[in-house]
Amino acid sequence: MRWRRVKALAKKEILQVWRDPRSLMIVLLMPFVQLLLFGYGVNLDIKHIPLCVFDREGSQLSLALLKRFQASNYFKVVEAESTYQAVTEALDNGRCKVVIVIPPDFSERINDLGASSVQGIVDATDDNTANIGLGYARSVVAGFSGVTELRWSGRRGSASKYQPMTVQSRVWFNEDLESRNFVIPGVVAMVLALVGAQLTSLTISREWERGTMESLISTPTTPMELLVGKITPYFVIGMVDAAFCLTLAVFWFEVPFRGALLTLLLTTSLFLIVVLGLGYLISALIRSQIGASQVALLVTLLPTSLLSGYTFPIDQMPKPVQAITYLVHSRYYVTILKAVFLKGSRLDELALPISLLILYAGAVLFLAARAFRQRLD
Amino acid sequence: MTLPVVISVSGLTKRFGELVALEQLSFACAKGEIFGFVGPDGGGKTTIMRLLAGIMPPDTGSIFIDGVDVVADPQRVKAHISYMPQRFGLYEDLTVDENIEFFADLFEIDRKSHEERMARLLAASGMTPFRKRLAGQLSGGMKQKLGLTCSLIHAPQVLLLDEPTAGVDPVSRRDFWRILYGLRSEGVTIVLSTSYLDEAERCTRLGLLHSGRMLHCDTPNALRKLMPGDLVSIASEEPRKARDLAARTEGVQSVLLVGDGIHVVVDDAARRIPELERVLSESGVPFDRIEKASPTIEDLFVSLVGQATIEQ
Amino acid sequence: MMDQAPRIVADRLVKRFGAFTAVDDVSFEVKRGEIFGFLGPNGAGKSTLIRMLCALLRPTSGRAEVAGFDVGRHPERVRENIGYMSQKFSLYSDLSVIENLRFFGGVYGVKGARLDERIDFGIEMAGLTGRTETLVSTLSGGWKQRLALGCAILHQPPVLFLDEPTSGVDPISRRRFWDLIYALSADGVTVLVTTHYMDEAEYCNRIALINRGRLAALGSPGELERGSIKSQIVLIECDDAGALLPVLQGVEGVRDVAPFGSSLHVMVDSADAAIPAIERLLLAHGLRYSRIERIIPTLEDVFVQVVASASSMERLQ
Repeated sequence: MRWRRVKALAKKEILQVWRDPRSLMIVLLMPFVQLLLFGYGVNLDIKHIPLCVFDREGSQLSLALLKRFQASNYFKVVEAESTYQAVTEALDNGRCKVVIVIPPDFSERINDLGASSVQGIVDATDDNTANIGLGYARSVVAGFSGVTELRWSGRRGSASKYQPMTVQSRVWFNEDLESRNFVIPGVVAMVLALVGAQLTSLTISREWERGTMESLISTPTTPMELLVGKITPYFVIGMVDAAFCLTLAVFWFEVPFRGALLTLLLTTSLFLIVVLGLGYLISALIRSQIGASQVALLVTLLPTSLLSGYTFPIDQMPKPVQAITYLVHSRYYVTILKAVFLKGSRLDELALPISLLILYAGAVLFLAARAFRQRLD
Repeated sequence: MTLPVVISVSGLTKRFGELVALEQLSFACAKGEIFGFVGPDGGGKTTIMRLLAGIMPPDTGSIFIDGVDVVADPQRVKAHISYMPQRFGLYEDLTVDENIEFFADLFEIDRKSHEERMARLLAASGMTPFRKRLAGQLSGGMKQKLGLTCSLIHAPQVLLLDEPTAGVDPVSRRDFWRILYGLRSEGVTIVLSTSYLDEAERCTRLGLLHSGRMLHCDTPNALRKLMPGDLVSIASEEPRKARDLAARTEGVQSVLLVGDGIHVVVDDAARRIPELERVLSESGVPFDRIEKASPTIEDLFVSLVGQATIEQ
Repeated sequence: MMDQAPRIVADRLVKRFGAFTAVDDVSFEVKRGEIFGFLGPNGAGKSTLIRMLCALLRPTSGRAEVAGFDVGRHPERVRENIGYMSQKFSLYSDLSVIENLRFFGGVYGVKGARLDERIDFGIEMAGLTGRTETLVSTLSGGWKQRLALGCAILHQPPVLFLDEPTSGVDPISRRRFWDLIYALSADGVTVLVTTHYMDEAEYCNRIALINRGRLAALGSPGELERGSIKSQIVLIECDDAGALLPVLQGVEGVRDVAPFGSSLHVMVDSADAAIPAIERLLLAHGLRYSRIERIIPTLEDVFVQVVASASSMERLQ
């Protein structure tokens, strides 16, 4: 391997990225925008959920409960109705998302039996809000009286009784600050996975499309030199992006960072190599820029958002799907990030995901170097 | 004194699925020659270039360049050659200087000698004032000249040019050829393909390709002598009438309409010119000049291919 | 009675893009049935000129009339009367021959029985009888070229524009193509051609040499060769043009030396003065030649001289 050639290739790549507005945008703007979007988008501070109340008893106790709902920031009482028909109509028309019905024997039962229940109806078309609304309602009721239980049912949407999703309710109410701690590291992984793959996925296909590859392969340049020369600048750019995202995570989103900086840097570099290698591989296999970029998106966005453990916990998935997640590169990085940030794990504690990631990197780079065809047919 | 053979090709065949692009092609080039391939578009011209450059393997046959077996060891030949594909891949977002430096680095040329060579080549193509300009902003002719400069920066022994002046205006084309001629004195062997037949005449030797086979391979002058008959050029304001009359005249093999007259292929110019004059005058068809002309490579190609097609 | 009025009239056409003048005061007339060529370097303004004549660009000043319609005032009527064949043939490679013809028929508004008639004509003209279902992508250059021509004349336009029509096509197909053009011209179709190919320019009845937005020369190929340039051309036939070239460039009175075919064309002020000087020089260097004489400039010599002198004039200013 001739270093002068590698350097020349890297320098050319940097100049091209610098002078190409589309690449620059991917490099600079995309991570920033995505981090903010996903960071805030997964903001679970859902407040002022429209609430409709149906007080069938009208006692002082029921009123007291309703006053709690009114006082809560989570809800906004928009209507008080006096028939089931009216409240269901309000739900159907979307004027409210949650309905609270207090039974006519509410205080009686509390006095006599020491326990009572209150009925809640949620608009189930929007699962998110439904779950959250439910959670909040439960907390309001629980705060009112330890002996009162909230029975609930869903209307419209997936009207069947759906899971209470205990993990979700744990994450999503009263813990929204902590939830961010889980979410943001996942977002960082996703941003790096996306941006990294996009950057390199265009690099080879662009040269084929523009015709520069044909003259490049007629020079003494070897596929390995090409790989190193092209990936290196993107590695540097990727590390800058990663540093930027992680800084934002810690200082803007205030995710606590309990681990060692060195661990973070090393594991991030490793992940970046995997991501860039993946993009390069795609680029070597698909000779059109548009095709490569779309495949890169498909291969990174969907798996990362669904199967990396960032949104949905892996151990909750069906077994076959869990097996598939071993193929998802971001899965390892998400695990590592969460551990480093929140648990302060050290390198030796992370031996398993790190070695798997190293294996992954080796496989990808090997395939990438081989996939690049130096001949025209 | 015979010059050493630098390129030697034998029995080259290449198929793409059912299409036979090249069939049993054989030829050799001596040092300092400019060898030109002429033939229809989409035919084997680009394929030959790619095979010679080692970026595509042939189905059968052998290629030796500068002593290197290209088929067995393509990577090794790349330092000896320079290949300029049809759409020469210049990096449009890099400047002229940056493009040249990039190729100089790829071939690991020593810094000092490359700077001096670069300045010389750029001056020869009139590109010195454009050194800091982005390649994408150059005109077609200048892009080709830049491509040529990039190809020459490592002083290759063999230059492979695939339709290097396609779409380039005649002025830039002349500049380009001046550079090529200059290279001959440096002993560089040039193989090029062209569909500009007027350009083909500038080559030392020509290979006429048709349907993947080499019809003829010789110097332009020798090829011209191959053409049966003589060419007579008649300028006339009524070319169509002239054509109809000439076609019926004895000894005329073919007539071609051109913008301001006709070109007639006859068996013997000395005999037929007075006859044609007579025929035209008698019918009152005006004509300005009637004289023997040199057949162009196009005339030659048409008559040779025509023969070959009949023979097939 | 043949209509003798000019089919195309350009009268002091000017086109400016901001501060840049692409076409500068160009005027000419093209007769019915004439084959008229535009020759010129890249960026000379040929495409801009053609676009104005096709009513795709409005002139900054001046006027032009094509097939009797003013390009500024009735652009749609102009376009109805034009057939255009672009450089890379603009055929749909994933459609068949007949599908392409039908498509362009639809685009040009040719319908029903007339369309069928014109399609048959096009197929026969192109020689594609019996191959109408063939995909265009499998056709070679010459066939595509003729098909593209067929598509361009479905609506029987009186004026036809050909933009670099035979780039990359083999010589035999090229001649066949020009036979078709000549036939159309005999039928009264006026044909305008732009080209870089000197050989192709020779097929034109008259040529307009465009350089830097201006009409630098106008005439038949013969007229241009005999009349346009001031310098004279000396032809030297030799075995090793490469060796002679640099030597000759230094001779006094020699303006330019260019390889031409297997010989050299030397552009001189006066052949009578230059020839003996050149002979002496070659002899002194021991360089051999078989012929040295004054010749009529070729179209390429004319072209190069006109363009080069304009550049040097500019440099002097």
